[in-house]
Amino acid sequence: MLNRTAENVARATPEPLARKVRGISDKGLAWLFISPTILLLLAINIFPLFWAIYLSFTNFRANRPNEVVKNLGLANYQRILGDQDIWIAMQTTAHFVFWTILLQTLIGFTLAWLIDRKFRGHAFWTTIILVPMMLSPAVVGNFWRFLYEPQIGLFSYAVSFVTRIPPTDIQMLSNVSLAPWSIIIVDTWMWTPYVMLICLAGLRSIPEYIYEAAEVDRASNWRQFWSITLPMALPFIMLAVLFRGIENFKMFDMVTLLTGGGPGSTTEVASITLKRQAFESWRTGYSSAFAIILFVAVFGLANIYVKALNKVKQR
Amino acid sequence: MKSSLKLALGLTSAITASTAVSNVAHAEDLTLCWAAWDPANALVELSKDFTKETGIGMKFEFVPWTNYADRFLNELNSHGKLCDLIIGDSQWIGGSAENGHYVKLNDFFDKEKISMDDFVPATVVGYSEWPKNTPNYWALPAMGDVVGWTYRKDWFSKPELQKEFKEKYGWDLGPPTTFDQLKQIAEFFQKREIDGKTVYGASIYTERGSEGITMGAMDVLYSFGFQYENPKKPYEMEGFVNSEKSVKGLEFYKALYDCCTPPGASNSYMGEGVDAFKSGQVAMHMNFAFTWPGLQKDENVGGDKIGYFVNPKGPDGDQFAQLGGQGISVVSYSDKQESALKYIKWFANKDVQAKWWSLGGYSCLNAVVKDPAFPASQPYAQTFLDSMAIVKDFWAEPSYAPLLQASQKRFHDYVVAGQGSSKDALDGLVKDWTQVFQDDGKM
Repeated sequence: MLNRTAENVARATPEPLARKVRGISDKGLAWLFISPTILLLLAINIFPLFWAIYLSFTNFRANRPNEVVKNLGLANYQRILGDQDIWIAMQTTAHFVFWTILLQTLIGFTLAWLIDRKFRGHAFWTTIILVPMMLSPAVVGNFWRFLYEPQIGLFSYAVSFVTRIPPTDIQMLSNVSLAPWSIIIVDTWMWTPYVMLICLAGLRSIPEYIYEAAEVDRASNWRQFWSITLPMALPFIMLAVLFRGIENFKMFDMVTLLTGGGPGSTTEVASITLKRQAFESWRTGYSSAFAIILFVAVFGLANIYVKALNKVKQR
Repeated sequence: MKSSLKLALGLTSAITASTAVSNVAHAEDLTLCWAAWDPANALVELSKDFTKETGIGMKFEFVPWTNYADRFLNELNSHGKLCDLIIGDSQWIGGSAENGHYVKLNDFFDKEKISMDDFVPATVVGYSEWPKNTPNYWALPAMGDVVGWTYRKDWFSKPELQKEFKEKYGWDLGPPTTFDQLKQIAEFFQKREIDGKTVYGASIYTERGSEGITMGAMDVLYSFGFQYENPKKPYEMEGFVNSEKSVKGLEFYKALYDCCTPPGASNSYMGEGVDAFKSGQVAMHMNFAFTWPGLQKDENVGGDKIGYFVNPKGPDGDQFAQLGGQGISVVSYSDKQESALKYIKWFANKDVQAKWWSLGGYSCLNAVVKDPAFPASQPYAQTFLDSMAIVKDFWAEPSYAPLLQASQKRFHDYVVAGQGSSKDALDGLVKDWTQVFQDDGKM
């Protein structure tokens, strides 16, 4: 029956096209379909990557195309690794990534766990919690800048109401100690729902019968959480951490909108330093080397992390 | 039937012909690139006369100041054809000349009898020449600008405040002539209640992202004795950039920031300064002169309530001000250079320059600014003239961008974030600038 249908289809196919298709193997056909995507990837991902690797060994400057390009060997890499400002930017990035991930995971998982209780109106609250994630970072950045404003900002007034410190003394974006936290607060506010959503998927994937068996064995709620909920949701939590980690390692928009890297260089994360070197100082070769170092760091860390994730999944 | 056919054919031909004519007209349209600010609106108005005279249409590409350099330097570096004419910042002149972005205008000036002697000398050096102080012209001075100050004349003239000020400081409250006086006034007004509102001393430049804090700090440093290099040995910066006088100047700027600015003013530039002054937050306001026509017209703080003063003197009596402003250049990648040059020729005309000033642009033509009626033409005209006579500018080297970025970082780290000392900041600056010039093979 199936063969007869196939024959009918083949007969119905116009002759020239049928002949052509008949002449190509399945593998050839597969290549034919994926080749446009591969060509596009080569053009916009792979070629620029190799080009950046080449440039990282030169003194090329994009704003001086007529100048002779000199090969500098590893000089750019040596200079970057010995540059104190670069290390400070890396530390700032690490600080930012660590605290945002910690807070987002803790709050996100707690929210997911609460939403999973399926109380009355939980669908409504889920939607409300997801709102910050749906906003554009440009909107969020500008919106929070006004909230943080010491003279008219609601945030400053709210903190002042609780602490009794005058609002004009609460300078979230101007104070060296508070500025990094102002960005961490906004990023946590915006992206915790995303972590919550992934954790919720993890919690919903745990079969109900496991809890029923635990109930039969008279396991306490606490024991159920530690022995069933957390281990089974862990791969999802780790996935959320991976996504947010990669995303926050290259954080740019929120920092630019809120502090522009200031006060001083207090909130200058690696991506801002890179942008300044590449598109303000026009040190293309130098910034290419920096970009390669960042790429290798993220790629290496992500690989180690994925291996750990796979181990957790296999348990 | 025949007549209707003829009519239809006639109409079709007419429509085709008019479309062709309009296409030709569009092909001749010039695009002028500049920053999005009040003078740009004045230029749009002014340029209507050019279109009327020549039939060449004008299109404008205006970009906010914070993205102005990024956007247009990218355009020039990629040899883009978007801009036929560009009003580029004064510091771009070196890079744009050496990298071939601008058309050299010497032959054109000779042919059209446009003499650079007819323009304010500081603007010719600042906006047109590269190398500096040589007769190689890459732009026509278009918009004179300089950092100066505005103050709340109405607050300064309150008898109770004048009395209290005199008792406290021993001199009459009025526009300051030295930086010490400026700081005393700023301290006097800081967190003072005026008309039921808390006000602050001064708004100064502290912006980190583009050029703000450098423009502000340099505006003070020059008068304290800062020099970019040894006048006898170019690019020798040790002992000049980080001289004792420079260190004191930067310390003063930080002290002014710490004592007398509104809360949260850690990233403030032209727009934020105007907002602070317009909203009645500050007694004094550092800003480029281009903001003055708008402030003068403001209902709340303009008219009789506003006064203007030249950048004050430093401790040794030196008095300089940071140059702003731009020249207009023809982009070498444009296909419409001939029409673009026609615009430059038209713009250099005395009547056009006079109208430019009347619309809110700052003319650099001697015939306009040296006219006996000029000082009285606007309340800020004399301050503008006095300020233009004492200007200094930042490096205009092809590597101005990394030089600027280094000063932005060093100044902001010290002044706003309070990291290290003034000496550390300036020593670091010498190190950074030396590295840039070494990379360029100039040292």
